[in-house]
Amino acid sequence: MKCRRCRAPAVIDIRRHNAAFCRDCFLRHCREQVRRAIDDFRMIQPSERVLVAVSGGKDSLGLWHLLRGLGYDVDGLYVGLGIGEYSDESGRFARAYADEHGGKLIAVDLRDAYGFDIPDGSRVAHRAPCSACGLSKRYVFNDAAIAHGYDVVATGHNLDDEAAVLFGNVLRWETEYLGRQHPVLPAAPGFARKVKPLVRLGERELAAYCVLCGIDYIVEECPMAVGNRHLGYKESLNAIEERSPGTKAAFVAGFLERAQPLFVSEATEARADLNECVSCGAPTPGEYCAFCRMRARAVGEPIVVGSAR
Amino acid sequence: MKVVLRNPRRELDVPAPRNVGQLLVNLDVVPESVLVIRNDTLATHDESLSDADVVEIRPVTSGGAR
Repeated sequence: MKCRRCRAPAVIDIRRHNAAFCRDCFLRHCREQVRRAIDDFRMIQPSERVLVAVSGGKDSLGLWHLLRGLGYDVDGLYVGLGIGEYSDESGRFARAYADEHGGKLIAVDLRDAYGFDIPDGSRVAHRAPCSACGLSKRYVFNDAAIAHGYDVVATGHNLDDEAAVLFGNVLRWETEYLGRQHPVLPAAPGFARKVKPLVRLGERELAAYCVLCGIDYIVEECPMAVGNRHLGYKESLNAIEERSPGTKAAFVAGFLERAQPLFVSEATEARADLNECVSCGAPTPGEYCAFCRMRARAVGEPIVVGSAR
Repeated sequence: MKVVLRNPRRELDVPAPRNVGQLLVNLDVVPESVLVIRNDTLATHDESLSDADVVEIRPVTSGGAR
């Protein structure tokens, strides 16, 4: 198999592009896809400070590397979730990347900072582990970005993630979520802007990018995520992709072009109706935000007015 | 040849099929969900294999809270 661009021996084939690439042309392809996503969706201005949410996995470390390579002013934020050896190891990969590449890594340990970890929080608050984890990470990323003066939070959501989330939202007709599913979530009072620069790259491409760049990442899956619905959606979509390459990319691109605008008003209305959490000040549709409510149940204490931030 | 699988990590000894793509078929692995790393370098699906090769089949799917 030859590289589509230079005819050198290929190291990876990408069926949805009907193409194979050598190492150098593949790395260039990845940079171009991220550049194009940032430009097309006006994600980041050149002078802005970017905070990358780093998990120690291929997507977030690959994103950090790509954004640094494109010249952005970007630091990393790692959240220690307290998921046993998995969290210990993922933290080691995040710190190792920062040390080796001279990146600044901000670390927040959930138990030290907020008094609970994900296993305890999900059990006591009766939330699925992935729900408790997602809620906590979104809260901490947003809080840290505002506290440290970053203009934008970049996350490692890739094309496969977006396709799987879209698939789930369509299956259940979650119209408010469909209106919110976009590569850019604009800043609003209490919210930093959030962007997804990997929306044009699949997770196989991200894994290959890390291998070819010598970036070590945690390959093992989170033990609390095993068997979750999101992974089932990805498996189903990969089975479709196997028979019809390009389906996932067309699904996401078509949604963003033709369907997502139809649902925006619902998401905008929901965002406009937010109050400040009485405890921490974060935007919430109720009196207390979901994070403060989960935290109060997890630590077994009443919510304290003005306790956080 | 030796095949290294992940999640959980384990090793198989199998006769070398004619190429990487056939190996994935034999193991019932969806190509879109893995990278194939042969002797520490990425391998495309048409690359031939020999009994002396060590091949890692590395899953690329991640799916917790993002």
